[in-house]
Amino acid sequence: MALGSIRHHIRIHRTATEVWALAGDPTRLHEWFPGVVSCSVDGDQRVIVLGSGMPMPEEIVVNDPVQRRFQYRINAPIFQYHRGTIDCIDLDDGTCLVVYSTDADPRTMALTIAGGTAGALDELKRQMELHPSQNGVQ
Amino acid sequence: MGRKILFVTTDQQRYDTLGCNGGTVARTPVVDALAAQGVRFERAHPQSVVCMPSRSTIITGQYPSTHGVWMNGVPLPVDAPSVAEVLHDAGYRTALIGKPHFEPFLDPFLRFAENRFAREPLVGLHRGFEHFEAATHGGQGMLHYARWLAAHHPEAVGMFYPVLDGALEVNALGGGDTGAPQVWDNAIDRDWYHTDWVADRTINWLESLAADDDWFCWMSFPDPHHPWDPPQSELGRIDWRDVPLPAGYPASASAREAILDGKPRHWRAWYDGTLVSNYEAPANWVPATMTADQVREVNARNAIECELIDEALGRVMAAIAAKGWTDDVDVVFTTDHGEFQGDFGLLFKGPYHVDALMRLPLVWRPAPSSGATPASVSRPVGLVDLAPTFCAIAGLPVPAWMEGSPLPVDDADADTRGFERVLTEWDSALFGVDVHLRTITRDGWVCTTYRPGHSHDGTEGELYSLVDDPLQHVNRWDDRACDALRSDLLADLWDHQPAQHTPLRRVEAPV
Repeated sequence: MALGSIRHHIRIHRTATEVWALAGDPTRLHEWFPGVVSCSVDGDQRVIVLGSGMPMPEEIVVNDPVQRRFQYRINAPIFQYHRGTIDCIDLDDGTCLVVYSTDADPRTMALTIAGGTAGALDELKRQMELHPSQNGVQ
Repeated sequence: MGRKILFVTTDQQRYDTLGCNGGTVARTPVVDALAAQGVRFERAHPQSVVCMPSRSTIITGQYPSTHGVWMNGVPLPVDAPSVAEVLHDAGYRTALIGKPHFEPFLDPFLRFAENRFAREPLVGLHRGFEHFEAATHGGQGMLHYARWLAAHHPEAVGMFYPVLDGALEVNALGGGDTGAPQVWDNAIDRDWYHTDWVADRTINWLESLAADDDWFCWMSFPDPHHPWDPPQSELGRIDWRDVPLPAGYPASASAREAILDGKPRHWRAWYDGTLVSNYEAPANWVPATMTADQVREVNARNAIECELIDEALGRVMAAIAAKGWTDDVDVVFTTDHGEFQGDFGLLFKGPYHVDALMRLPLVWRPAPSSGATPASVSRPVGLVDLAPTFCAIAGLPVPAWMEGSPLPVDDADADTRGFERVLTEWDSALFGVDVHLRTITRDGWVCTTYRPGHSHDGTEGELYSLVDDPLQHVNRWDDRACDALRSDLLADLWDHQPAQHTPLRRVEAPV
């Protein structure tokens, strides 16, 4: 079966630096990802708990504040492969483009997870554009 | 006190599975009796042949292009217009019991309200319903039925067929005597099966109402949608060896292939196993491998599920009678879309606009107190007409946002009010494969045009005479003698086809 690969993006009217302060912090995912109720980080290991109560063990693969790229993989048994990628791209006009990509085998899990990531981007934009100071942005 | 409404839907049921429509395998005396007392529709079509868009049409009274649920996996916004809300605002008590599917089932983040209500009880209204108890095709998951089964009969949870495989694709695993896909011997006690659970919960809700309440109850059975895993105790009702092959199933492979080759190429590609364009069919099943015995067994199990639904409806009707409501209750029985069930050598559903998937059972037994005359309607109607019908039954004006009209009570009424055509849409985009169809059915013809997509360049189409070719075996799209007819039908289609909601709503899950 082919890999499922889904990409969502959103333009946020805040600088990449401001957005990255939240989106690039692996301990704060539950603050902007609807359906993730908690997350805990220990080194490169992160465990998120979903709204259904399901824990998802993850490994942080890349956390690059220079490129503003965050990559992780879910290590739950249902996945033969998973790679989640968040890119925060400075558009040099005071705004940025956030791209959230999901690659997975089985491919249906890419669709299922990516439904959540799309909602997360909406929520990230809502929070950032509504009240940046409430998100730890100075 | 006004007329009460029992709205009964099944899932994926063919027109010809009811006795009143000529079906000979399943015994459906309860629905047959309602048809004899009321209006039986002979040409009722869905506006989409998959669950979520079709159910969204039922509740909104809008075409998929308007409500925006263009394929399975696209949720209907919770604030979308709802006929239940209209009725509730008018004083009706409202309930939905059974399969909703306005939002995706595959929801590990628990983002969708339908999937939360079993653990977070409904407060206030949801889509206009004050009472909401949900079920779907199996014993696992987050819905009320699954949680009830796990709490009361945990040994039965694992008895159902596993609808999805380990990769979360629709399962191709075979069972029964013939190894047909999605056929399964289910050891569950009949009383615990979801069909009887839906009826039980409906009766429970009805019994909670005051005698003078007006009410709208949508009782939504998950069957006879696959898997075909009725309680094992019921298999003796119909021996699959006695089931005739459907008229739509050409017995020889060469005949099937010749018919499919006359249709747009995705038909044959699916049959051969080279293209599965949509999530609703097993990704790892090749229809060309299906045997005649498998077709018989699928039809037998499907018929058993139809009989169980009919009996469950009979129990609900008896409960209504016990409350003294019979004379004031309208009953509407239909389904969301059809099922191939062997036609053309295929099972399940997809972007294929033929009678197997589009011609639906629809029976409306008006409240006897209304003095309606029994009739059958041959003119085309759609599920888009249901919501306006419920408003009319309740004596309410049809809101401007509804795009259908109250159902006709006979052909003369249909002619007077312009029931000339019915439209059906298909759009899907899944892992790089997109398919787009627009279909009009009128004047005894069904005409489908294809937009450019993965397998089509936009010139393809299908044109069938429902009179001369009721099985839709001969595609006359390229028949020069039909050029003028085809042009007229397409012009009429585009004159009436609503513009598509833009931007397209997001696909949030496979289903």
